[in-house]
Amino acid sequence: MSISPSWYLSLSVVLFAIGALGVLVRRNVLIMFMCVELMLNAANLAFVTFARTLHDIGGQVLVFFVLVVAAAEVVVGLGIVVAIFRRRASTNADDLHLMKG
Amino acid sequence: MLHLTYLIILLPLVGFGVLLAAGRRLGDPAAGVVATCAVGASFVVSLGVYLSLLGLHQPVRHYGQDLWTWIPVGRLQVHAALYVDPLSMTMVLFVTGISTLIHLYSIGYMKGDRDYPKFFLYMNLFVASMLILVLGSNLLVTFVGWEGVGTCSYWLVSFWFTRDSAASAGKKAFVYNRIGDVGFLLAIFLVYDKVHSLDYQYVFAHLGEIGSANITAICLLLLVGVMGKSAQIPLFPWLADAMEGPTPVSALIHAATMVTAGVYLLCRVNPLLHASPDAALTVAIVGAATAFMAATIACAQQDIKKVLAYSTVSQLGYMFLAIGIGAYTAAIFLMVAHAFFKGLLFLGAGSVIHGLHDEQDLKRMGNLRAYLPVTFITFAIGWLAIAAVPPLSGFWAKGDVLDNTWAAHPALWVVGIVTAALTAYYMSRLTGLAFFGSDRWSESGDDARQLDAAHAHHADGAVSEPHESPWIMTVPLWILAFFAAVAGVMAISGSNFSLANWVDPVFGSNLYQNNLSSTALWVLAIVDAVVAIAFVAIGLRLWSERSEHPALEGSFLRAAWYINELYDAVFGRPSERLAAFCADVVDPKVIDGAVDGVAGAFRGTGTLLRRTQTGYVRNYVLGITFGTVVVLGFMLTRMWWGG
Amino acid sequence: MTALLGVLVTSSSHPTIPDVGVFAVSAAIVLAGAIGVVVARNPVHSALMLVMTLFGVAVLFVLQQASFLAAVQVIVYAGAIVVLFLFVIMFLGVDKEENVAAEPLRGQRPLAVGLVALGTTGLLLLGQVSRWTTGQPHVAGSDTGAPNVNLIGKSLYTTYLFPFEATSALLIIAVVGAVVLARRPPSATSSSEVEEADAALDAAPDAGSVPGPDRSAADPDRPEAVTTPPGDGTGDAEVDA
Repeated sequence: MSISPSWYLSLSVVLFAIGALGVLVRRNVLIMFMCVELMLNAANLAFVTFARTLHDIGGQVLVFFVLVVAAAEVVVGLGIVVAIFRRRASTNADDLHLMKG
Repeated sequence: MLHLTYLIILLPLVGFGVLLAAGRRLGDPAAGVVATCAVGASFVVSLGVYLSLLGLHQPVRHYGQDLWTWIPVGRLQVHAALYVDPLSMTMVLFVTGISTLIHLYSIGYMKGDRDYPKFFLYMNLFVASMLILVLGSNLLVTFVGWEGVGTCSYWLVSFWFTRDSAASAGKKAFVYNRIGDVGFLLAIFLVYDKVHSLDYQYVFAHLGEIGSANITAICLLLLVGVMGKSAQIPLFPWLADAMEGPTPVSALIHAATMVTAGVYLLCRVNPLLHASPDAALTVAIVGAATAFMAATIACAQQDIKKVLAYSTVSQLGYMFLAIGIGAYTAAIFLMVAHAFFKGLLFLGAGSVIHGLHDEQDLKRMGNLRAYLPVTFITFAIGWLAIAAVPPLSGFWAKGDVLDNTWAAHPALWVVGIVTAALTAYYMSRLTGLAFFGSDRWSESGDDARQLDAAHAHHADGAVSEPHESPWIMTVPLWILAFFAAVAGVMAISGSNFSLANWVDPVFGSNLYQNNLSSTALWVLAIVDAVVAIAFVAIGLRLWSERSEHPALEGSFLRAAWYINELYDAVFGRPSERLAAFCADVVDPKVIDGAVDGVAGAFRGTGTLLRRTQTGYVRNYVLGITFGTVVVLGFMLTRMWWGG
Repeated sequence: MTALLGVLVTSSSHPTIPDVGVFAVSAAIVLAGAIGVVVARNPVHSALMLVMTLFGVAVLFVLQQASFLAAVQVIVYAGAIVVLFLFVIMFLGVDKEENVAAEPLRGQRPLAVGLVALGTTGLLLLGQVSRWTTGQPHVAGSDTGAPNVNLIGKSLYTTYLFPFEATSALLIIAVVGAVVLARRPPSATSSSEVEEADAALDAAPDAGSVPGPDRSAADPDRPEAVTTPPGDGTGDAEVDA
């Protein structure tokens, strides 16, 4: 508890960066999804840290909600992945470029 | 009676309105009667106003009638107002009087024409416009009338518009007038800029505020306007072409009224001219030059109306010569006398044309005095009047002008007397060719004839004998002949008819006093008379027997000193090339190019920006990341340096 | 465990050795897991690395006196979400290795690395410059001394009641959406499969097991893998851009 919040926040930043890099670099849709989860976790970490710093329970409540929403998001997202896979038998994000201008 | 002044303008306008609404139904000849009555009534009212004005004594012999406030915009306050004084009443009287006679004449002349009512409609509108011009009490009302007569002239010249030459003649008349109008407008702007009013009396009272340089500019700009309207050098070519219109039109508009609008305008602004001797001299020189040039051209013309047209230009030159010297009364005298005898000459020419079934070529006329006696007698009176043979009106009027010219600028007097000689000569040539000699009109009748299309009632195509005109055409001829003969009484100073007594006070001290001794006046008079009679004799001698003298009809003169060709080369062709350039290059390449270029630029940009839409989600995420980094950078810089 | 950690982590103002140690270890776990997720070639490995990260984050939550959240994190995230991930990976049969080294999109990798590096440095710098962290850290809402669960619960059902209800509705919608998205559209193939299933039942009435999809195409190395027959689905022609 006496660890300065800036350490937590730095960790959160780095975790977020790794997640972002994953989304940018990987082609498998499922792995991209997992990297998004990483980013969400980084945000959660930051929230909890600030809740502590600002003496407000709302930060932790927000993490709770993020969790719930992340769950819902994963559910729907994976449903979409399944639907796409049925059509194309591929989970390569690069194969989905029909919206090319 | 003075308060009825507005009726003078209103009556012809009512005539115009009636004919506009019901002209077709009225038809031939009721429409003509209506029109003539309208103008006749206007003449009667103007007589009444004249008598009322006569009842007033100097120096209050003027009357202003403010009809309504026309333009109340800030400093520009223009009223629709009329101004009655001896100058405007003189114009009004002879305009309405001669118009009535010519309307009467036209009832007979235009009989059978397909567009009979339309003719009288335009004629009435023309008379109304001319009266607005003359009675206006400020420059803008005058300009309204100025434009009105120009427009009516266009309509009437191109009355037989199915003929190409008539249509383009109307256009030519209008365009030349327009060029002059630019000068007039600029003069109006300049006057307003200096004194913030366009009312004549106000402007004359505040001459000092304008400054002499500006006054000269205003006078010269007005001169440009006058050059257009009154066919002076360099804007005179339109008048000869305007002979394409029916002969009554030529008589009324291009002899007696519209072309004298310029004379009236310069007389009206005499304080301005008096304040600018340079401008006045310019006017005089322009007038003298025009008189001479036109006279030379008239010597070689073959069409009877064209001779008369150039003659008009020449006589107008005399009037401007007089104005330039400051002898306004002399100019007005000549203007009135000229209206009588030139109107008479034109109507007589119309009678000839009518009698010969639309023949206008002098070389195909001859010995008409045997067949058209009335026309001949009246025409002869007009001929001798214009040649300035005493004691007809022309002698006194032209003499007046020449006397003042001798006193002011002897050099210009020489030009004047030479022109007088030429005038006598070419008019005698015309009379000789038309009325004397052999029956050339009966030789080989299958040549093309000039079409004065009113004469549908002459069904026969054979070369029948020329016939005299009906009473409705000859009565005006007699009336005009009478006045052409006796108008000289206006020169008798001190009498009831004295023009000088009537009109001099309008000009006051601006009027030129020639201070010639009575001996000098006698000598000049004798010179004038001798020159006139001599050249009448010469002309008649040369042309009453023979119809060809090639040496005296050089092509240079016949083609009007090639002025039309000159204008065509200097203005016409380059304008055409410019227009072609605009149509072929500017329009498709520059304007369309700019518009298409804008569209193309958008298309190009769009094509370029399309490349960012790769369709790959990962690229889009890269875009998001990039944006985030930019925002971060912004925040950082704000925090670090802005704080 | 929580109480133990609570004892260890005191309210002193100086970082103590246990604090730092726990933090360092958890941080290492978190980062290792994260890198593993990104780098692993096999999706299943990625999922397992994700679990590792989540556990590390849970420990960090406990360190910050957010014990309830740590529990929820493990139960929901690691216990449900990642399981769902794995389930789908197995269901679709995409647990094959991906060629990570190749990058078909031009410039993607260098740009990505560059931008992310820039962003990270920027954020870290921003942290320094803007002084996010001033003052003494407190325990969130610790004045009353009540346990974390109580505090969260109180706040959740009073101040944040509406979002709470909204998220429950959201969950229901998400479930409905997933069912709709993932169900097999009615087609000839599916009815023929049902007929096949009936025939199999008739043929082997004592099998007792629910007849599944055709197993003949199953990979012999991985008998657990369930492969869907190829050409399944609507059989529509693929529209390629």
